[in-house]
Amino acid sequence: MESARTRARVTTTVIYILLVIMAVIMLVPFVWMILTALKTNQEAISVSPFYIFPHNGWHWETFGEVWKSYNFVLLYKNTLLMIFFRVVFACLTATMAGYAFGRLNFPGKNFLFSLVLIQMMIPSTIFIIPQYLMVSKLGWLNTCAGLVFPGMVTAFGTYLLKTGYQGLPKDLEEAAGIDGCNIGQRFLRIMMPLTRSSMVSLGIFTALFAFKDLMWPMIVCSSVQTTTLAAGLAKAQGQYSSNYPQMMAAAVLAVVPMIIIYVIFQKQFVEGIATSGGKL
Amino acid sequence: MNEKRKMTAKEKNEARWAYAFVAPTILGLIILNFYPAINTLYQSFCKTGDFGKGNIFVGPANYKTAFADPEIWQSLINTIKYAIIEVPLGVVIALVLAVFLNRKLKGTSVFRTIFFLPMVCAPAAVAMVWKWLYNQQFGLFNNLFHSNIAWISDPKIAWISVGVIGVWSIIGYNMVLFISGLQEIPGDYYEAAEIDGATGIRQFFDITVPLLSPTTFFIVQTRVIGALTIFDLMFMVMDKTNNALPKVQSAVYVFYKYSFDQGNKGYGAAIVMILVIFIMLVTAVMQRAEKKFVFYN
Repeated sequence: MESARTRARVTTTVIYILLVIMAVIMLVPFVWMILTALKTNQEAISVSPFYIFPHNGWHWETFGEVWKSYNFVLLYKNTLLMIFFRVVFACLTATMAGYAFGRLNFPGKNFLFSLVLIQMMIPSTIFIIPQYLMVSKLGWLNTCAGLVFPGMVTAFGTYLLKTGYQGLPKDLEEAAGIDGCNIGQRFLRIMMPLTRSSMVSLGIFTALFAFKDLMWPMIVCSSVQTTTLAAGLAKAQGQYSSNYPQMMAAAVLAVVPMIIIYVIFQKQFVEGIATSGGKL
Repeated sequence: MNEKRKMTAKEKNEARWAYAFVAPTILGLIILNFYPAINTLYQSFCKTGDFGKGNIFVGPANYKTAFADPEIWQSLINTIKYAIIEVPLGVVIALVLAVFLNRKLKGTSVFRTIFFLPMVCAPAAVAMVWKWLYNQQFGLFNNLFHSNIAWISDPKIAWISVGVIGVWSIIGYNMVLFISGLQEIPGDYYEAAEIDGATGIRQFFDITVPLLSPTTFFIVQTRVIGALTIFDLMFMVMDKTNNALPKVQSAVYVFYKYSFDQGNKGYGAAIVMILVIFIMLVTAVMQRAEKKFVFYN
């Protein structure tokens, strides 16, 4: 018995050591990003001596400079607007379609749902050229509408919500039907509120991947005035590539707000990703 | 007898509501996805006119050019090499971490938060930081290890360096999926194994690995597709003047370059068609493998 307990303690210690090593590896880029941002450029490119920490005071003012020179206010505004509309469109269309596929009977249901499944299997790169040409023809280049365009509907979200609606008990709706509610009222008042957790998952998933997307905003919004954070950083990297503290300060400003949101809503994030899984 | 049963008024009403509900999604899928997929296929047989105007049907010319172009082949090889680093390492490390974090030890939520952090960061920012870490002259790695390695400009190792960023970025995502998979394995399996005196490692291979195989398969499949369509990392980390670029650039990178940098959409469409067909083949092979290796109870 004693040896079993010792063994368990050794195992636990080994696990902690491995976890700490891994955590350090994961954190190095973040720590280095912040430390570089706080240095002067001379310190950042000094090799002998090589400075780990800022040597001549911590230069917080770099963040303020970069906030202005990279136009972060605009980039954040554009990004938030895109995320907002994508999430609203995705949740709205997916919850309606998900309800119909999950709870209603209609001719052609299987065929139409197979369209949803097929879309999920096709790599989205194949859609990009024609989507770009459509946005260009509509005159939506360099607009928020252009950024939102490919995300107006979601096959994956429809699938997710359909599963959510199917999981609800059957008699719920029947009772409402007897009370004289029509299908629209049943959907709005009873069913939709019950799938809130699926909706939150879909919303987080949509927001996260819209936030991270690089190629689409680069293609449709080439001007700094209208583009998103990810694409704006890519553009700026070319222009300010010699000033390392400024670049790292920009990277910090680009990741910190999302990290704060993530830490606050961690439970929803993790559950959202775990339940939605999904495709990248 | 063969005639379809007439729908009752109630059923008709239900169908009407249903069509209204699915209409936005189905119309959207047709306009935003199905039409574009077919249009890309069509464009891959066309030559884009001057100034990006008009399509001239040229038959399989783009495919002939692509198959004869070593750059295209190399980019496919680069993509596969990237996947060979990212998928196995990303999956194995994430699995081990998930098993550790599933043991109800103190502080696991802190570790989980840390491991998941890269997932909420824009790849553009992540790539900027890694590029700086890899910097040959001033970067942290070379100065810390007193080495002088050209991490991202030596064609022999640049693909590995980029792959490492991919692994670092994806571990948290895979881990979260593994943890939710682990929580579905009934605890009594482990209790029984404990009584039989099976060690932790034995339990891992005899219980965890087989019972978790549906989750593992799902992750591997989504990650293979994700890795084969990788773009951001190569685009952000590799400067256009970088000598190692031809040995690192992915298929989607080359697609982007031809379609949008050079405006040759017909050729870009052919490249993406080749990639998609390749991905479909890989997916089909994986579906076969699923029946063999995945354990469903």
